[in-house]
Amino acid sequence: MLMYTAKRLLAGIITVWFIATATFIAMHQVPGDPLMNDKAVSAEIRANLERKYGLDKPVTEQYVIYLSNMLQGDFGISFTQQNRKVNDIIRDHFPVSATLGILAVLFAAFGGVLWGALTALYRNRLPDIIIMFLVILGISVPSFVFAALGQLFLVNLNGLVGYSLIPVAGWGTVMHMLMPSLVLGLGTMALLTRLMRSSMLEVVNEDYIKTARAKGLSPSRIFFRHQLRNAILPVITVLGPQIAAITTGGFVVELVFAIPGLGRYFVQAVQQLDYTVIMGTTVFYGAFLVFMVIIVDILYGFIDPRVRLK
Amino acid sequence: MRFVAFLLFLASFPLNAAAEATSVDYENQIITIALTQEPPQLNSMKATDQVSGFILPHVMEGLLRLDRRGQAVPGVAEKWEVTKEGATFWLRKNALWSDGKPVTAHDFVFAWQNALAPKTASEYAFILYPIKNGEKINKGELDPTQLAAVAEDDYTLRLEFERPTSYFLNLTAFVTYYPIREDFYNEKKDRYASDATDILYNGPFKLVDWVHSASLRMVKNENYWDKDSISLNEIRADYITEDTRARLNLFIDGKIVHTRLDGESYKDALTQRFRIRSFSTGSVFFLEYNHRTGRPTDNVNLRRAIQHVFDPDEFVNKVLGTPGNLPGKSIFPVWLKGVEGKFRHEYPAPEPNLDLVKAKQYLEAAKQELGVSEIPPLVLLVGNSPTAAKQAEYLQGLLKQKLGIDLKIDTQTFKQRLAKMTSGDFDIVGAGWGPDFDDVMTFGDLLASWNLNNRGRYNNPEYDRLVRVAMDSLEPQERMDAMASLQQILFDEAVVLPQYEQGVIYLMQDKVRGVVRRVIGADPDYTYARVVK
Repeated sequence: MLMYTAKRLLAGIITVWFIATATFIAMHQVPGDPLMNDKAVSAEIRANLERKYGLDKPVTEQYVIYLSNMLQGDFGISFTQQNRKVNDIIRDHFPVSATLGILAVLFAAFGGVLWGALTALYRNRLPDIIIMFLVILGISVPSFVFAALGQLFLVNLNGLVGYSLIPVAGWGTVMHMLMPSLVLGLGTMALLTRLMRSSMLEVVNEDYIKTARAKGLSPSRIFFRHQLRNAILPVITVLGPQIAAITTGGFVVELVFAIPGLGRYFVQAVQQLDYTVIMGTTVFYGAFLVFMVIIVDILYGFIDPRVRLK
Repeated sequence: MRFVAFLLFLASFPLNAAAEATSVDYENQIITIALTQEPPQLNSMKATDQVSGFILPHVMEGLLRLDRRGQAVPGVAEKWEVTKEGATFWLRKNALWSDGKPVTAHDFVFAWQNALAPKTASEYAFILYPIKNGEKINKGELDPTQLAAVAEDDYTLRLEFERPTSYFLNLTAFVTYYPIREDFYNEKKDRYASDATDILYNGPFKLVDWVHSASLRMVKNENYWDKDSISLNEIRADYITEDTRARLNLFIDGKIVHTRLDGESYKDALTQRFRIRSFSTGSVFFLEYNHRTGRPTDNVNLRRAIQHVFDPDEFVNKVLGTPGNLPGKSIFPVWLKGVEGKFRHEYPAPEPNLDLVKAKQYLEAAKQELGVSEIPPLVLLVGNSPTAAKQAEYLQGLLKQKLGIDLKIDTQTFKQRLAKMTSGDFDIVGAGWGPDFDDVMTFGDLLASWNLNNRGRYNNPEYDRLVRVAMDSLEPQERMDAMASLQQILFDEAVVLPQYEQGVIYLMQDKVRGVVRRVIGADPDYTYARVVK
């Protein structure tokens, strides 16, 4: 088990290095100039800015400096917020995205497992058809539509009750988190529902279920002990990457609900060509994603001993 | 276990703040607003963006400040004397920093020297160039201490001009001219103005709380010399989002006092039966041609042909579609002051005459001069917003239909568009200009050969000469005459194609009074606002 974990970690570190390098190269290929703004500046000022950010050095040297700083955990200073460190940006805003993301994933996981199991139980009957229709909707409708609709719903709800029952945007209280996390989790929930459904249907025909039935176990025991536990494995597999995807993919939701998350920095940095923030957030999210995958791998080892043995 | 920890963490957030603020609080005189963006930083020496330009005038004050009608009135300076050679300002003794110490002449000198110092790399340093040696310092030719601005004592500031600057008093209200206290700045170093506690304030309000990307709170500054004129106790910027619809929803829900509308949210606001107000931002949008040699748009007859088919009225009504915009007639917008009244009244902009026959004659002449049978496809460089796309498509259709000219639309993101504008990789580019100070010169020198924002590299010695006349003269009549001749050149040579003067539509909560909309300075300005019952 230790060897297994160590191997996974090493692979993870190489992956993160690769992400950093690929991003660095891609970023410098994007046309445009990070130091250029609405007002044109003189050559002297430009030279000073270049010196400040080390852009006056050859790209290879910039890369070496960048990697060594990164190893020391220093992502540099933002180009757009000239006196904020990228480390501070990540530290201030990632917890917000993470809170939102975890809530969304919890919601998606519970919902996905529940609906998935339900549809499997009621296969090809009305509840199945209705839920599966909603699932298709959940997968195909992009989150900005859900975000706008969700917010509109809150506006109308508050208008109906005559006071602000649930805030339409902002951050700070649990009430603020409800709608954004619901919206953010919808896509994943739909995905998990489908996964759970097919997985349940597969398990239902397994021999050990038949055996359990033949032994005369109660249906609820069969459902929880044998069927659900076996069917949930694929769901856990995708859960790790999904957590990473959700905590990073919240840009639109963060924008619509005015949430101070990292997702906004992630996307806006690319638009602004804010080199240090692009690198910082990408490497951070990359490392985070890799970390989640490793966690899932290790978890897998616990849930399914066969994986460990390989 | 982790899960329990997360639940506990969630429980640490209040479930529902009972005092969830509404947009206005009459008892406590508090208003809540939304910002479109997080201010990148609030260092007055380096600020260039709109959000900083909105917040800083609320919390800082220069030698002069803008009153309710946009006039420059005494700020930190009590009185002043301006001559051809320079100016002297006498500072009031009761102007204090938020920590209680007096604002002195040294604070201004320090801020100006630093803004000009090349190591600061301030993008707005050029606005300090009227002070003698300013430009040389900025180019690294002189030491910042050589700036011809000296604090004779704590309350007397004397400075020399590089050249006579008739509009200097208006400049002193500008953000880059704000004071900064040396000891505080040196103590904070790189951290200066990155958080609420990292700035000293001398304005009507002070920032007490700044949660990045989430909220800013400004409270009344009890140390402000004119605090009796300030009614609001607090301005809360509780929401930061660029999403117009989200802000409209917040407005409908009674959470914010003001929101700007766009073409889409405008329709929603109409159905909600809100009172929609409009305001002219003072910015002019125009098409800039590439005048570099070898570009087809360098040909004056080609530009004239386009000028004779473009109808700004139709553009404003049919393409832009939202109220408040004015048809573009000149790069000098209607609000600019002239000799006595408005510049536009005293020197009416030449009316573009729509004449297809003439346009085609010009086109033929252009083809002959260029030695081509067909005008090659022109590249129109635009930003990547939906509005920019709509405007570009209109133009594409217009030129094809009327003149048979093909227009290739090159859509680029902000930074890429700037890079192409600077390198000259376009024939026509959609451009806009907002005023920095209250004088015709803020638009007038835009196409001077030395101006770095003249991205089409228009170069006309006569134009440059006229700009210099207006720069060096203190005589309003002479200056405005020069600007009027320059307006005529721009029209005759079709140097740029004015499209529109920008107007915005917005909603404002009725209970807030005294909000000032400005073309220059903080907009909207809540300094003198109050909440009524």
